Amino acid sequence: MFAELLQYLLSGLTIGAIYALAGLGFSIIYNASHVINFAQGEFIMIGGMASATLTASGVPLPLAIMIGCGGAMLVGVLVAKFAVERARNASTVTLIIITIGASIFLRGIAELVWGKDFKRLDAFSGETPIQILGASMQPQSLWVVGTAGVLIVAIGLFFARTLTGKAILATSHNRLAAQLVGIDVKRVVLASFALSAALGAIGGAVVAPITFSYTEMGIMLGLKGFTAAVLGGLGHGPGAVAGGLIVGIAEALGAGYISSAYKDAVAFVIILAVLLFMPNGLFGKRGTERV
Amino acid sequence: MRKRLLATIAVTAVTAVTALTAVSGLMSGAAQAADPIKVGAIVSATGPASFLGDPEKKVLELYADRINKAGGVDGRPLQLTIYDDGGAADKAASFTKRLIESDGVDVIVGGTTTAATMAAVPLVERAGVPFISLAGAVVIVEPVKKWVFKTPHTDRMAAEKVMEDMKKRGFTKLALLSEDSGFGKSGRDQTLAVAKERGIELVADETYGAKDTDVTAQLTKVKNNAAAQAVLVFGLGQGPAVVTKNYRQLGISLPLYQSHGVASKEYIRLAGGAAEGVRLPAAGLVVAAQLADSDPQKKVVTEFTKVYEDSFNSEVSTFAGHAYDGLMIALDAVKRAGGTDKAKLRDAIEQTKGYVGTGGTVTMSAKDHMGLTLDAFHMVEVKQGDWALVK
Repeated sequence: MFAELLQYLLSGLTIGAIYALAGLGFSIIYNASHVINFAQGEFIMIGGMASATLTASGVPLPLAIMIGCGGAMLVGVLVAKFAVERARNASTVTLIIITIGASIFLRGIAELVWGKDFKRLDAFSGETPIQILGASMQPQSLWVVGTAGVLIVAIGLFFARTLTGKAILATSHNRLAAQLVGIDVKRVVLASFALSAALGAIGGAVVAPITFSYTEMGIMLGLKGFTAAVLGGLGHGPGAVAGGLIVGIAEALGAGYISSAYKDAVAFVIILAVLLFMPNGLFGKRGTERV
Repeated sequence: MRKRLLATIAVTAVTAVTALTAVSGLMSGAAQAADPIKVGAIVSATGPASFLGDPEKKVLELYADRINKAGGVDGRPLQLTIYDDGGAADKAASFTKRLIESDGVDVIVGGTTTAATMAAVPLVERAGVPFISLAGAVVIVEPVKKWVFKTPHTDRMAAEKVMEDMKKRGFTKLALLSEDSGFGKSGRDQTLAVAKERGIELVADETYGAKDTDVTAQLTKVKNNAAAQAVLVFGLGQGPAVVTKNYRQLGISLPLYQSHGVASKEYIRLAGGAAEGVRLPAAGLVVAAQLADSDPQKKVVTEFTKVYEDSFNSEVSTFAGHAYDGLMIALDAVKRAGGTDKAKLRDAIEQTKGYVGTGGTVTMSAKDHMGLTLDAFHMVEVKQGDWALVK
């Protein structure tokens, strides 16, 4: 009985960590530019595909991840520069539609570059399951949770301690004021896209051994990441992480105790409930209208 | 500003559209004096079902070309018109219309997916054009439709083959894990029906999402189900590989069966060592090298594998084989019908007898528009990273 529960929790934690990384990417970009970037899933895909294909052709894994990460950052900057920035004064809905367009475009390009089949990436440290009190997990899960944890702490420090981080925060609070005190808002937006692209790409590389990588892997991960971000309060970093873990664990428990057919529904029911009763998410600030 | 915005949107949209929906153009055979045999095809060469439709398209083009170089059929060249429905059933319907009305084709091969096929069925039935589908589900040929045929094995046959093997091993209690895709759902329905007929008790009936990255929760339930003696997974693509990995991770010791949906090397590659010992029903094409020399399929599948792999430098798939069978059955019927009169051609297809293709030996009748028997499937087991025939 306990082993069963523990198994569900471990499964949920692994998936949740992936959602958390994706959710964090949404939050960072939202903070800097108030854009909900639906191409976030594609950054994950680029990371996963690049590391899987590069290692298959003999590139050592760390280097492959770095190349994937660099590539994703470049793509992120290009999306920001040529799609989002040019439409800066458009309404939020237009911007969202642009990012959806960018995501479809990126997926198409990826299909041309990498083909349509699934790529396999070997687990970083073997595939012998780890047994914990009757439950078991893949060693790769530890990599996912560990990497997510390290990245989340690093992002926290980045925002709290570095000038660029503070500039992004300032921009998120008040764009005009930030501009007035000399922050280059355009560069902040670019930096935020690069940062969340890097987050996504690293996430994609560590989850690839579990999920396999293919050009459409970003769709579902991106959607669940968005769910995580909304659940935690859009633009709230730690909230997105908590949201990701909650969605992941709720899915696993739902599949285990209710019915696997309703697994995805569980996550969306939670979202509906939260939006109905706490429209700003679990941790989001209440929106105030300034006069 | 507004202008620039509009321009950006327009550029993004136009690029996306050209990049993604690039409809594969017309492929017309060499213009010759003799009246060409017009073969139309609708495949999902792009979109979610592209892993099925892409090899199908390649095979059709390759063989049309080869046949034309060899002088055509009865001295008539082949004129192939292929449209890509991108996996959308509504597009499949409008392309079918175009094939019938403006291209005036004699026979249509295609409908990569069951949805695309079923969208085309009413049109071909009304117009009276022979139609050979490349999709799996039983509903395409049951009940029998006058103008509609199909080449692939059905999910029902897969379920029957698995349960036949289970009975041989003395198992009567099955746990089912099916994908929530069209393929998985239809597979689940057929499994339930066949289980009832064959006296197999279904002790667990779980599902998973086609894009799920973890199914340990469902498998934990199966693991804790004391009654289950074997597990059957019904799905396509990466899902079954995820299931297989999680299955080993949880250390479940029950025999694991998969459907014919994963009968490609890609499954073994993705699941790696976890796939060892997994059994599944597969067409002869998959185990071409291992078939006995006396097997009637041996020659056909070995040759097809060689031609395909030499031409495209990639591994042959059963889906490529379905397209080959579809085209060959159509052309064989043209020969027997002595021309392309649609009614005669239809009758000739229905009278296909003992055609040995990549999917098995096809003998159609007025009641059976697929013509395959359970012998078309071979039970295979994954051993040391390759398929091995189960004796």
